[in-house]
Amino acid sequence: MRYSRHTILSEIGQAGQDKITNAKVLVVGAGGLGCPVLQYLAAAGVGVLGIMDFDVVELSNLQRQILFGTSSLGQNKAEAAKKRLEDLNSDISITAYAEKLSYQNALELFSQYDVIVDGTDNFETRYLINDACIIANKPLVFGAIYKFEGQVSVFNYNNGPSYRCLFPNPPQKNTVPNCSEVGVLGVLPGIIGSMQANEVLKIILGIGDVLSGKLLCYNALTAQTTVLKINKSEAIIDAVLKGKDTFSDKQTEFNCEFLTEVVSIKDVVSKENIQFIDVREVHELPKVDLLDVTAIPLSELENSIHKIDGEKQKVVFCQSGIRSKKAVSVLKNLNIDNCFSLREGALEINNHIEKLEGFKNLSVKNK
Amino acid sequence: MNISIKYFGFIAEVTDCEEETISFSGTTISELLDVLHSKYEALKNNDFQVAQNQSLVPFETEITGKEIALLPPFAGG
Repeated sequence: MRYSRHTILSEIGQAGQDKITNAKVLVVGAGGLGCPVLQYLAAAGVGVLGIMDFDVVELSNLQRQILFGTSSLGQNKAEAAKKRLEDLNSDISITAYAEKLSYQNALELFSQYDVIVDGTDNFETRYLINDACIIANKPLVFGAIYKFEGQVSVFNYNNGPSYRCLFPNPPQKNTVPNCSEVGVLGVLPGIIGSMQANEVLKIILGIGDVLSGKLLCYNALTAQTTVLKINKSEAIIDAVLKGKDTFSDKQTEFNCEFLTEVVSIKDVVSKENIQFIDVREVHELPKVDLLDVTAIPLSELENSIHKIDGEKQKVVFCQSGIRSKKAVSVLKNLNIDNCFSLREGALEINNHIEKLEGFKNLSVKNK
Repeated sequence: MNISIKYFGFIAEVTDCEEETISFSGTTISELLDVLHSKYEALKNNDFQVAQNQSLVPFETEITGKEIALLPPFAGG
């Protein structure tokens, strides 16, 4: 009964539904793209679903990451998604991997699945997924978004091109902004993620034309869709395959954001010898008055090193925990050590401190 | 020859338009990019690929079509 709307379709039928039940799909990244992909694949009855995400659910995720609610805040995304999906469909098997994808775990993990879905948010992981899919010979359903625009494609499918055939190498660091820096229309990953789920089902079912060798570009503001043809580069794919034996020796050169040490306000609020740095622009509210805060907008950070106390541990915060990560990487590049990014934004910091009993006794301002 | 050029993603922010038609007398994509680079200085800081008539092509490709698109990679998810 659960799948009757599938099985009555002559293109799917019980035989097609059985293919879905027997399919194993790994979704890397349970964020804006991963959530709708997972939701539709779980609802469709994909028999084995893997969810990989090391990050935790934050308030600013809920605008688009539709598997999560306020009760999931602070939980690991893979675990929280698994919990939600088990309620949606208890007949399928779901595995949560609350860890980062690496050159060490990718090949072994990918070998356990039929289709890999890229729902990540950074180039380092996207290239890692692409190369691992080439070596493990797995089709890759790719999706990526920017503000109001999205890209969808299927790589490494039936000897088709790979992501490197489209963009041979990752762009230089910090030249391509990500969602957290520039924002994204909440419904956009819903559209692009749904397209990815559709491609996964077409691959499993063997129906329709899989989006292989083509890049679909969608603009949410104009509702325009452009499909561009991608040619396969044998030389590029061979180069990846040549690195097969040394693949697991490689180290991810994750951009600094991923090396940033993230701390929680509850762990640092009562510690001594800490300089709190607010990297928001001066007009941004709410102010954090309950802590002794040095205000240095991110845009002025590099020229404001004199305001940073070399003797103290630096704990950086902003509105949502994104710019603070960037600030820490800027400071690290300037060889300033002992810098940490606060997971919480200003509002959550205030809420936390207000809740603390006797917060006036802590390292706070005398008001 | 008049060539219609489409800009995707943050390339459209550099050019401040999503589409434009320019008059061009060269022969290859590279030469066209030279024109665009001098028109939009910030363009050289960006990574992108070029499509001609909806097909991604190397920069040394001869311009045969009237529709060119500049496509940057997106990281977001």
